[in-house]
Amino acid sequence: MPTTFIQPEFRVEIDYDKCHKCGRCVQQCGWGVYSFNERPIPDDSKCRACHRCVTFCPAHCIRITKNDLAFRESDNWSPDLRKAVWRQAETGGVMLTSMGNPKPYTRIFDSLVLDACQVTNPSIDPLREPMELRTYLGRKPDSVEVEPDGEGGFRLAEGSGMMNNVMLETPLIFGGMSYGSVSLNVHKSLAMAASRLGILMNTGEGGLHVDLYPYQDNIIVQCASGRFGVNPDYLRRGAAIEIKVGQGAKPGIGGHLPGEKINKEVSTTRMIPQGTDAISPAPHHDIYSIEDLRQLIYALKEASGYKPVGVKIAAVHNVAAIASGIVRAGADYVYLDGFKGGTGAAPQIIRDNIGIPIEVAIAVVDQRLRDEGIRNQASIVAAGSIRSSADMAKAIALGADVVAIGSAALIALGCHMCQSCHTGSCSWGITTQKPELTRRIDPEWGAERLVNLVHAWSHELQEILGALGVNSVESLRGSRERLRSIGLDEQMNKVLGVKPVGM
Amino acid sequence: MTKIIEGYLKVAPAVMFDGDVATIDSQSVYYRQLNEAVRDAIAAGAKTVRLTRVNGQRYIGTGVAGSDVRIEIDGVPGSDMAMFMDGPTVVVSGNAQDGVGNTMNAGRVIINGDAGDVIGYGMRGGTVLIRGDVGYRVGIHMKAYESMRPTVVCGGKARDFFGEYMAGGMLVLLGMDTQFPDQPLVGSFCGTGMHGGVIYLRGSVEEWQIGKECGIFIADEADMVELGPVLKDWCETFGRDYDEAVSVPFTKLVPVSHRPYGKLYAPM
Repeated sequence: MPTTFIQPEFRVEIDYDKCHKCGRCVQQCGWGVYSFNERPIPDDSKCRACHRCVTFCPAHCIRITKNDLAFRESDNWSPDLRKAVWRQAETGGVMLTSMGNPKPYTRIFDSLVLDACQVTNPSIDPLREPMELRTYLGRKPDSVEVEPDGEGGFRLAEGSGMMNNVMLETPLIFGGMSYGSVSLNVHKSLAMAASRLGILMNTGEGGLHVDLYPYQDNIIVQCASGRFGVNPDYLRRGAAIEIKVGQGAKPGIGGHLPGEKINKEVSTTRMIPQGTDAISPAPHHDIYSIEDLRQLIYALKEASGYKPVGVKIAAVHNVAAIASGIVRAGADYVYLDGFKGGTGAAPQIIRDNIGIPIEVAIAVVDQRLRDEGIRNQASIVAAGSIRSSADMAKAIALGADVVAIGSAALIALGCHMCQSCHTGSCSWGITTQKPELTRRIDPEWGAERLVNLVHAWSHELQEILGALGVNSVESLRGSRERLRSIGLDEQMNKVLGVKPVGM
Repeated sequence: MTKIIEGYLKVAPAVMFDGDVATIDSQSVYYRQLNEAVRDAIAAGAKTVRLTRVNGQRYIGTGVAGSDVRIEIDGVPGSDMAMFMDGPTVVVSGNAQDGVGNTMNAGRVIINGDAGDVIGYGMRGGTVLIRGDVGYRVGIHMKAYESMRPTVVCGGKARDFFGEYMAGGMLVLLGMDTQFPDQPLVGSFCGTGMHGGVIYLRGSVEEWQIGKECGIFIADEADMVELGPVLKDWCETFGRDYDEAVSVPFTKLVPVSHRPYGKLYAPM
């Protein structure tokens, strides 16, 4: 019997006339595609189309193409579904994948367009005039008192400032990705970049490595259901603390970092033995209600000297009511993660079928908190496939204060979205703990690329604000009047609080 | 004359110092002011902090560090006592509520009564000794790391999910001091998802009460060498007879695998 019915997804073609026979492709491939016998010989079945070999081939003689085997057409039984059945018939396992929902659901961001000023209300040139992107993450007071400053102006009255907010130079932070799922060099790149950019990175649920301590003022430390690496020292180091209840790529389920990835260093930051699975239970077993959540929020505040505490949830059907509860429980920010959010490893069936789009979640949560008069009590962080500065601007216009990026940051570091993070053999040295692979990312190089990316998006956001004729990102927040939709149905427009183009 | 108390008061409590002993009258003081006073007293050099008339204040000892610090609680503290605690000893004269020793790092907690749900959740080190019964989800996801090995001993009976997802340390249930003589020693789903550590139950349990990830054994002499000192500690702390404690054979639960879900997934 054949061991598998599944044929290679890609073909690795080498133009041997051009090939230097240098063997670099053999060295570079983390998947073990190549063997070498006078010349490199590829095994197509191991290829993940990550392009590491292609990028490093000095002769440019490698081509990765799709293995376009014809399947009898069926709109219902796509080749992917047939392959999944074969794979499960072979293994009996839950299909494991990574890096975000690839299914062709409507991308609402792509059906929204922004406004611009013409003639009557002049646009602003951000190259010439100041354009404020600075954003404060955290609870804002219901009102402030001002007093004369003695020079004809006013200042905030004593004790009337913002309570324990974290200042961000641009409304963007890095989403939680744990050390263990990504390499230490990736964590260092993110931390160094966050520090230089005046924004935040997020530890994910994997503890804080000692090498990141110098950047702790730009780090959110996460407290998730496994409580890995969570101790009083960890809580006091972070600029803010995040309770992770759920994530967009796998709402409602926990996490399993396989024992193979728990090496000595990872075991140290997680404070668990080497080689055992790091199991994060699906729920926090001390949170079964909003009241319990409040109890944990304030426990974290008590233990940390009243740092801001945020709560991250996956965007699900009742997200508005849940977010309202979270804000009332005392969270300083609510982090909404849409169903297209990426992750290191998730069951495919969960990744592709559970959760709702981030665009909808932002709109309904913002509206609900406004309706209840508690919008000022917490910031909204939006994530779950923010792919460009345009998505960032649209998310803010729908009602977010800040966006968070994970996939985009990893793509900046070389991720080619081959969706194989869970294998631990990432050829780009991102989602692996193998020393020969992790050294492929130099943190200094990584930090520079991330800084460049965020600077570029920030400049673009300033351009968008200028076109809108506003000089501060605050003026865009929740300003859905500046959005129009194309091709969305009436009901969706209503949910989003957005008019169609032409109206 | 009975004084009527209208909720907690958000005022700093009265603190009296006598050498390195600080006494704080806690009655109706809001938890935030109370815990601030505890931390301030420790910062000012107090080695023993006595809290009198405690009535449900949360987070006592939460995040407090220092292995030479002792906190004595007269009354019933509120939830999440000794959460994230790193070193001190906490002694409670009465019962305790939920979340005692939640994600605790080090230290010692003694409760001269019953305690609620989620005791020792994610606890990584230190000891919690409870005289009486405990509620649901006790010892969930306790874990060990290098020399840190948490120990929780419950003198009474426990409800469901005792030691669920346990990843390290020792969890002991005695059934000796209980308000529920007619109930089983432990509820259902005991040790479900266990992948590290050890659970000792004094007496026997039905197999259906135990998670399928556990191996069920009768504790042998070697086990009693490990369990003995822990039992002695509990007996001495609460004035119980050690011989009585060991008069019944113990059931020992250990995980069958350190990777119970290692084969659950099929990588694509």
